[in-house]
Amino acid sequence: MKKVFHVMYDDDDTLKEAASALVAKGIRVKDVFSPFPVHGIDPIIGVKRTRLGIAAFMYATTGTTLALLGMWYFMISDWPMNIGGKPSFSLIENLPAFIPVTFEFSVLCGAHGMCITYLLRNGTLPGMPASNPDPRTTDDKFVMEITTEQNVLSADDLEGAIKDTDFFELSIKDYK
Amino acid sequence: MQKEAAIREPLILGNKSYKDITDDVVGPIQGAAPIGWKIMITISSIIAIYGVGSILYLLATGIGVWGLNKTVGWAWDITNFVWWVGIGHAGTLISAVLLLFRQKWRMAINRSAEAMTIFAVIMAAIFPGIHMGRIWVSYWVLPLPNQFGSLWVNFNSPLLWDVFAISTYFSVSLVFWYIGLIPDFATIRDRMTKPLAKKIYGVLSFGWSGRAKHWNRFEEVSLVLAGIATPLVFSVHSIVSMDFATAVIPGWHTTIFPPYFVSGAVFSGFAMVQTLLLIMRKGMKLENYIHVKHVEYMNIVIIVTGSIVGVAYLTELFISWYSGVEYESYAFINRFSGPYSWAYWIMMTCNVITPQLYWFKKIRRSLVATFILSIVVNIGMWFERYVIIVTSIHRDYDPSSWGEFHPTSVDVGIFVGTIGIFFTLFLSFARFFPVLALNELKTILKTSGENFKKQQAKH
Repeated sequence: MKKVFHVMYDDDDTLKEAASALVAKGIRVKDVFSPFPVHGIDPIIGVKRTRLGIAAFMYATTGTTLALLGMWYFMISDWPMNIGGKPSFSLIENLPAFIPVTFEFSVLCGAHGMCITYLLRNGTLPGMPASNPDPRTTDDKFVMEITTEQNVLSADDLEGAIKDTDFFELSIKDYK
Repeated sequence: MQKEAAIREPLILGNKSYKDITDDVVGPIQGAAPIGWKIMITISSIIAIYGVGSILYLLATGIGVWGLNKTVGWAWDITNFVWWVGIGHAGTLISAVLLLFRQKWRMAINRSAEAMTIFAVIMAAIFPGIHMGRIWVSYWVLPLPNQFGSLWVNFNSPLLWDVFAISTYFSVSLVFWYIGLIPDFATIRDRMTKPLAKKIYGVLSFGWSGRAKHWNRFEEVSLVLAGIATPLVFSVHSIVSMDFATAVIPGWHTTIFPPYFVSGAVFSGFAMVQTLLLIMRKGMKLENYIHVKHVEYMNIVIIVTGSIVGVAYLTELFISWYSGVEYESYAFINRFSGPYSWAYWIMMTCNVITPQLYWFKKIRRSLVATFILSIVVNIGMWFERYVIIVTSIHRDYDPSSWGEFHPTSVDVGIFVGTIGIFFTLFLSFARFFPVLALNELKTILKTSGENFKKQQAKH
């Protein structure tokens, strides 16, 4: 029978100690649900640093390119205009005047691209159901999720190891 | 774990636990609306309705109902625009710049400051929109192909840069704010007992569950957004200042404008944050989270930016004389001694002299003095824009076309109306949204909470 353990802790430091102790015994922690970012838990349970920053950079450079391309087309290629005698017949001569819009558009694309990617990767979108095992995890409790599926230890051994930690509540459910 | 010096004043007072933070912020949302809130929202809604009425009258009749004339073609509309955009600068400054500097005191004020930013930018955007006269063709400011009836928009013009700057600033601030709100909406969702409220907050929270990987991404997104929002804040008001600085009008045509406008914006933005928060902390009993130390930190920012603004005023005067350009000199002599000298001296008193009172620690840490001075600063900053705009154009090169500006009741109605709309929006926010960033405050409880600091000191 596959089982899932939801171990609740009432303090972030206790949670980190418990996670370190369990990981030292070779147990894999599937996930942690917490009301705020617990600093230092990621390396313990093996969460890698996100690559969203790289994505943001790529979105922003796309914005830079689009803005320059657009302004070149509007102002230089399609319909050049003599505006107060300002140089407007080549992109390079006109570039200083294009910098503000280029900057703004890069920020626009970088910020929105990153946020959309963030929401999609998280699966947090309007109307999505919440998946935290206990409503208290958004208040002041911390829950560690451990499954037999991801671990070589038997359910009883896992339960024993978990009970060695300073936990607050433990719920064990069958897992389909 | 991060440590903080025991002698540093705690940021969260009282004997608070994680649960207390949730209770203190979510409690007021669950409870019935206090009577004070009902009175305030009624008053501000009435003013807002009057403002909307004035705007509709203006749109139906045309901008001739404003007091503009052929000499003063820009007056209260652009003054109000710059004033509101300036106020809208503190929110992102607090959340982005202070995040980069790892200032923990921002966590108690960033949520409401960001809300203020968003509402202020909406108020600002109203003015260029209605000044177009035909607001229904306002999409012509976007680069649209020619069959829409216009040529391509002019990318050499700061007015167009403004379109991009303000819309980027607004949408990025909105997203920054909402990304931070999602986990806090989840907290409210999990506490609500009434099914409808639970459902609404459930939709607003996007199904947030607080998984470790999600928090990891959350922090990265916050940091990167802060990184790109910081230059954005500076660029937006620089561009607003270029609306004037790139014109050839004496009094506007100065290179000092971008830094001078940015510090002015931060100055007025912080003043508005003070005005709002001092009321909110009292009304919502958040005295343990937003206390004298936070107010003092903000007052220090006000002294710094106020002094920069003061230096800028004096530099302008000096340069107008030193340049030897007689038109430039006259523009400034006319400012402080002409028909609008009363406005100039209000500006000087409110922005340069009164903020210097914050050098006294007693005044800096007094809530009553801060509240009064914050309003004084906002009055001063409104007059600053009025002085720059109206006094520079009311007397041009040709004395036969000199004129003066007299606001009409529609000018006043729209300006006062936007204050009403702003307060209506802010009060609704304070009632239904988590006014403090719960998840962020919980991360600093153990380093900056009073009870935890005392425990640490014992060890």
